[in-house]
Amino acid sequence: MSNRSMGKNGPVSLIFHTLFTAFIVAPLIVIILVSFSDKGYISMPFGGASLRWYQAMLDAPELMGAIWLSIWLGLGAALLATAVSVPAAIAIARYRFIGRDAFTALLLSPLMMPHVVLGVAFLRFFSLMGWTGSFLALLLVHALIVVPYSLRLTLGAIIGLERDAELAARSLGASRWISFRRILLPLILPGVAGGFVLAFIQSFDEVTMTVFVATPGTTTLPVALYHRVALLTDPVTTSVSTVMIVGTMVLMFILDRVVGLDKVLIGKK
Amino acid sequence: MTKLSIRGLSKTYAGNVQAVRKVDLEVESGEFLSLLGSSGCGKTTTLQMVAGFVSPSAGSVLVDGEDITYAAPEKRDMGIVFQSYALFPHMSVSQNVGFGLEMRKVKRPELEQRVSEALSMVRLTGLGNRYPSELSGGQRQRVAIARVLAIRPRVLLLDEPMSNLDAKLRGEMHVELRALQRRLGITTILVTHDQVEAMTMSDRIAVMANGVIAELGTPQQIYDHPTSEFAFKFLGHANVVEGEVVSADNGQTAVQVGAAIVPARTETVQIGHKTKLFVRPERLRLCSTEQGSIQGKVVTKLFLGGIWFYEIDSTVGKLRLTVTNAGTAQPQEGQAVGITWNDGDMQYVSSEAAHG
Amino acid sequence: MAEATSQSNRQHWLLSLPAVVMFLGLLVVPLALTAILSFNAFDSTRGPLDEYTLSNYIEVFTDSYYYDLFARTALMSLGVTAICILVGVPETIILSRMRPAWQGAFFVIILGPLLISVVVRTLGWSILLGREGFINTTLLSIGLSDAPLQLMFSMAGVVIVLTHVMLPFMVISVWSTLQKLDPQIAYAARSLGAGPLTAFRRIVLPQLLPGILSGAIIVFTLSASAFATPALIGGRRVKVVTTAVYDEFLSSLNWPLGATVAVLLLIGIVLVVVGSNRIIERKFKQVFA
Repeated sequence: MSNRSMGKNGPVSLIFHTLFTAFIVAPLIVIILVSFSDKGYISMPFGGASLRWYQAMLDAPELMGAIWLSIWLGLGAALLATAVSVPAAIAIARYRFIGRDAFTALLLSPLMMPHVVLGVAFLRFFSLMGWTGSFLALLLVHALIVVPYSLRLTLGAIIGLERDAELAARSLGASRWISFRRILLPLILPGVAGGFVLAFIQSFDEVTMTVFVATPGTTTLPVALYHRVALLTDPVTTSVSTVMIVGTMVLMFILDRVVGLDKVLIGKK
Repeated sequence: MTKLSIRGLSKTYAGNVQAVRKVDLEVESGEFLSLLGSSGCGKTTTLQMVAGFVSPSAGSVLVDGEDITYAAPEKRDMGIVFQSYALFPHMSVSQNVGFGLEMRKVKRPELEQRVSEALSMVRLTGLGNRYPSELSGGQRQRVAIARVLAIRPRVLLLDEPMSNLDAKLRGEMHVELRALQRRLGITTILVTHDQVEAMTMSDRIAVMANGVIAELGTPQQIYDHPTSEFAFKFLGHANVVEGEVVSADNGQTAVQVGAAIVPARTETVQIGHKTKLFVRPERLRLCSTEQGSIQGKVVTKLFLGGIWFYEIDSTVGKLRLTVTNAGTAQPQEGQAVGITWNDGDMQYVSSEAAHG
Repeated sequence: MAEATSQSNRQHWLLSLPAVVMFLGLLVVPLALTAILSFNAFDSTRGPLDEYTLSNYIEVFTDSYYYDLFARTALMSLGVTAICILVGVPETIILSRMRPAWQGAFFVIILGPLLISVVVRTLGWSILLGREGFINTTLLSIGLSDAPLQLMFSMAGVVIVLTHVMLPFMVISVWSTLQKLDPQIAYAARSLGAGPLTAFRRIVLPQLLPGILSGAIIVFTLSASAFATPALIGGRRVKVVTTAVYDEFLSSLNWPLGATVAVLLLIGIVLVVVGSNRIIERKFKQVFA
């Protein structure tokens, strides 16, 4: 929606806007450019471009391992989060019960919690439970922290939906389950799918919590990248980052097609 | 042939909100009955309890003597048409209409046959492959009707089905749906806040207020001779005039209004007591001041096409009346007029709600 | 429409059960364990002990190191919040005046980075901010400064990068409030004789205030919780609460003390959120009911 009532943008506004946009995209552009450098150190590719840092990425088993681990982790966490938040969203949107607001707040609470605190809590929890280094344990807590994202998009889809269609189906002879599978689920599928993709992205990107609990066997891509950048900025970090940027752009395109990017980013509750 | 009985049906929500209070209703086989009332009167909750979407706090719902009070909605064999039509947007018209049959495990050839039968009943033949978004409002409503007719429900429930149609289409659908209901002989309950809709379509109307049935009868009964002041005022316009009891004999009283003596049945039989009488605007007639039982002066005169609308400042208070526009000259604003009526048109009704 | 179908009384429990089990088992229990851990005694040779003590809290509250740590974190977050308001609000208004097609494109550009890993964004900035980074080489070559600025491992650098990370949240928050404004209200003000600036200051800005404030809360709390950016840009020189917790846990291995700092961070953030929501509600409830 365009809200042009407050007048038009003058030249000052446009200069401001240009600087703002430049500020936002600058670090990403720089990474992409540097990743094509042919030098052995961080530099612009204007002297000579090459794909040597992409080759270096493919040749680094720990990076490739981290990429695959992050992908499987993200898929598993998004799947589990979706499986948990779809019924929860139905309960929240379709029933009035005591503790409903508290339940909703609990499910959204990971959004507000500092991930450092979560990292500390899970580190302690895993060491007490003997789960340290377990991929499954990492998957469980990743699912937990991405539940709010899938819940929000699923909830948005259900709340926007009249209940009449489900009631009509029931009245026409459909059981609760059939009315869910044949009527409600197809109608909220875009929201559910959008929630799944967003949950995947959030799990894939998570670094602060994971850096606490990751072990050599469970190092995700952002954690591997974090440790490399913390030690020294060698150009292979830029090629990995470029792959992540491009991958995110592809997922953003999918999200836009499925639910509309404005809904995901601006997040109508 | 299905008879629906509602017995002592009540619904109390959390916080002691009594949406429906002990409603008793017998809907005869093939009857078209309307629940008429303003929003919050309990008519929709009653319908939802019959459909099985809301579980009653007390009372029972019986279909042909079988108790279905707590049966799941899908086990009731009732067809409900929603205000929003509630079409399945991701299914074609045929899939929508066939859904109930599919749930009943009706096999392919018969299913298709019954779907096209239902579509032809609502004159939508040939639109089976469209999707709801490709249909007009009126067509969507027909799909919603076809969808319930296809399952040959025992009872048809209509929840404000016309309120999303424009006035002209609504009038046409009233006639069409009524004819269809008669032809199929299907027991029907209509929930509406639209008096005209209730009157044109129903065999009987139950006027609801505050969770109870305030008036029950044929449209003409409840319009001409309602038993309560509430119903008289709710249905159409009511003129209220005050008169004085001049004679009382065996429940038959005579009330003096202006120069007229009005025979009425009142509760107050004491001679000399004041009492209220009610009369509809179209039952009052204008005449010369000498001929009138009441005299007055025209305050407002409005032309409404088929009728003239008058507001008269009379000796017994403000009166509204309507005169059919027959193309003849009518009294002007400011003119003195007389008002007269037939015996029986001005009547006494109890100020208490009959069932409240 | 509150009621669901008949015999539905227990339905919502079944539906919410998986989530409840998950959140109790994986969130409430670990947080409780952390809270307990913060009361455990610690011995540098033997590690956490099974004794309960307040000594960790006493240490944090008496040692000026921790006082500086929390103050630095709060100041950093306040600075980021202030810049985000000053830059984000005008930008959102500029966005709102654009044609829808441009709006859509710039939304993707401005908000899209939210979905890109914060490590990647921080890496980009560390390339830009280094002594031989592009900002310094540019400044030197055009003669704006004669010595390279120390941006890496400085508070200024951390604030710049955090601002970059947080700006989208401010834009989102202000934008959602802006969408609810009735454009005719500004017209009404203009027709009553207010100039464009007066109409903005007296009519539009007050209506945007709830959005700006809720954006400020989000930016402040996320800045105080940020880890990767202060760790990578600030390094050891600019220590904040989150990086201190990390060091306690993974370098000093004093888990009880780390847990204490983490618990205090959580409490502080909850207080900020709850407190400012109270204020917002009290102040704007009547107007924006």
